[in-house]
Amino acid sequence: MSMKRGHASSALALAATAALTLAACGSDDAGSDDAGASDAGTGDANNADAVEAALEEGGSLTIWSWETTLAQVVEDFEAEYPQVDIDLINAGSGNDQYTALQNAISAGSGIPDLAHIEYFALSQFALADALTDISQFGAAEFDGTYTPGPWNAVNQDGAIYGLPMDSGPMALFYNQTVFDEHGIDVPTTWDEYVEAARDLQAADSDVYIANDTGEAGFITSLIWQAGGQPFQVEGTEVSIDFSDEGSTVVAETWQQLIDEDLLAPITGWTDEWYQGLADGTIATLAAGAWMPANFESGVPGAAGDWRAAPLPQWENGASSSAENGGSALAIMANGENSNEALAYAFLEYANAGDGVQTKIDQGLFPGTSEHLADEEFLNAEFEYFDGQQANQVFAESAGAVPEGWSYLPFQAYANSIFNDTVGQAYVSGTTLSEGLQAWQDALVTFGNDQGFSVNQ
Amino acid sequence: MSTSTTPGARKGSGRPLITLSSARRHPRRHHTVERPRRSPLLTALTGLVLIYSLVPLLWLFINSTKTQEGLFGSFGLWFHSDFALWDNVVDTLTYNDGIFVRWLLNTVLYVVLGAGGATFLAVLGGYALALFNFPGKRAVFAIVIGAVAVPGTALAVPTFLMFSEMGLTNTPWAVIIPTLISPFGLYLMWVYSSEAIPTELLEAARVDGAGEFSTFFRVSLPLLGPGIVTVLLFTMVQSWNNYFLPLIMLRDSSWYPLTLGLNAWNSQASTVGGEAIFNLVITGSLLTIVPLITAFLLLQRYWRSGLTAGSVK
Repeated sequence: MSMKRGHASSALALAATAALTLAACGSDDAGSDDAGASDAGTGDANNADAVEAALEEGGSLTIWSWETTLAQVVEDFEAEYPQVDIDLINAGSGNDQYTALQNAISAGSGIPDLAHIEYFALSQFALADALTDISQFGAAEFDGTYTPGPWNAVNQDGAIYGLPMDSGPMALFYNQTVFDEHGIDVPTTWDEYVEAARDLQAADSDVYIANDTGEAGFITSLIWQAGGQPFQVEGTEVSIDFSDEGSTVVAETWQQLIDEDLLAPITGWTDEWYQGLADGTIATLAAGAWMPANFESGVPGAAGDWRAAPLPQWENGASSSAENGGSALAIMANGENSNEALAYAFLEYANAGDGVQTKIDQGLFPGTSEHLADEEFLNAEFEYFDGQQANQVFAESAGAVPEGWSYLPFQAYANSIFNDTVGQAYVSGTTLSEGLQAWQDALVTFGNDQGFSVNQ
Repeated sequence: MSTSTTPGARKGSGRPLITLSSARRHPRRHHTVERPRRSPLLTALTGLVLIYSLVPLLWLFINSTKTQEGLFGSFGLWFHSDFALWDNVVDTLTYNDGIFVRWLLNTVLYVVLGAGGATFLAVLGGYALALFNFPGKRAVFAIVIGAVAVPGTALAVPTFLMFSEMGLTNTPWAVIIPTLISPFGLYLMWVYSSEAIPTELLEAARVDGAGEFSTFFRVSLPLLGPGIVTVLLFTMVQSWNNYFLPLIMLRDSSWYPLTLGLNAWNSQASTVGGEAIFNLVITGSLLTIVPLITAFLLLQRYWRSGLTAGSVK
């Protein structure tokens, strides 16, 4: 859900613990393949009854989430099931929350029943045996409920670790006013994007096509869109390889922007960044469909200037997209109230049932196909984008996400060292390709040290 | 005056003549404590340090008068056209059902119980170590000195695991109890007690029939005033600014101290769907340091008298 800046220390602690428990869970993986898919509706009948029974009996649940729209969902749920008492706690965003979660897991107490976890961090907790496989409650029935990106993200090694909370199909947000002022067309391919970057700089040296100081989530999303699959994970067998075509084309194209100083040296999510988005210094932003909410609250001054367009393509005429961000709500093993059936009941309500609409109404971008195809949703006019029906762009993007992408089981650590390796391309003479190679080398070493078998 | 050839006169700048004559009598000692030698280099350096320490404060004040939009649309070290300080203060205090006030009260609670308790324990311990002899005193000394060297951050996670075992995490006790231990405060009180309280005084009190407790409260405690204030200031600042320990211990934002709360507000801006409230973060930071500054201004005269104690015999 969030694009938080990484904290190396927390990521390290996380990855270290994930690896410590690898031995314990490695053996389970082989046997449980496909269990989720085939069991739906048969052996799970008992568990489905258990969920019903848990709901009737009631009880307490603790949820850690920084998703603001969840508060209303909790309120509605409690109104419908007064016998259930839910404590919704904001234990910090992104990595802060993961650190807290990891501490609680180490201590073996104070673990919430449900936790909000971004897709890139899910496998890290799953490998540490900290998450409950909810296919035992029949979660496989939701195959098809969600768009492929989010659904693949919660499915790992035949288990289902949570239900998608939201998704982040990418789009190109651009400042229409700036493009109009200089008579430049909005790019539809990444080659045009580089051209537009040159034209913008030539027209006004204060205008940059984008800001970038090196962000792992962004580059990996571009590689995803280009069809690259640098990370392959099968249990503890991991392969990291940035030499595929997708990764190469991204590195080469983006390198031109760096070489010609066409990127504003501003780091995302800082006050400087908000300022750049507001005053026209940053002309485009390739981000997930969650961005409009941040535009509205963080860049109110530029209302009416910005629009959303499909992500530029790597090949002329193609229509490929990628996910950027997005998160799931997962049931923790050994949660405070040890009531997994009740936790599942809430999870289903919040992320597959009535809760989805509640969250959409408050501005969240869903991962559910049904809502993405809803006329009312698609025709919603965004006042901020001067009345544009931007959801049509986002929904189309959600359906065009290439399958087969996976994150590393130590992605938080990987992201935390991104700037020391790939990020060097932005500040020194190394190229992005060399940076990616350095990143790969560092990750292979780290992964092997942590007990994974990487590239062996 | 600069035309004068007498060294004392050159430094005199408007001082009465008596200074001039005394300077003549002791030509080598014309730089006294009251009239120190002026070094341009030192003055410049001090000036730099002054600017360095005041600019952030100035920035904080200036920017807390701006709206969210004004923050982005104006120069950082000067005011924006609309002066929104009062609106910002009101918004800060009322945003999210007035959670800021709750955080402020939490911080006060942690400071009063934590820093107050730490000072009390440090005074008792330091006094005992300074004025009583017992076996193992050297070992205690070594432990205290060692403890001063261990950063609190290093102990935070082990403390978390321990408190978790006791079921105290996510409660105010998890912040207050570790704060009670202040090795530095203990060491300071130890040194101060041994300087400030002559053993003869204690002997006299004992001869007069006072018990140890009444000696402590009625004879020694008044003498320890400046030392106590110093330790209190140190522990108070430490406890007021404490960030890492509460970060590790607390999950429920209704128990957050101001430091954590402000950080939570700040990270809202980097959260998807979160509201960016930089103006409230800045105004909140300003409000957060006001009590500390007030405490310093109120306590400094005790503190000053403490620093000069023992310098004149």
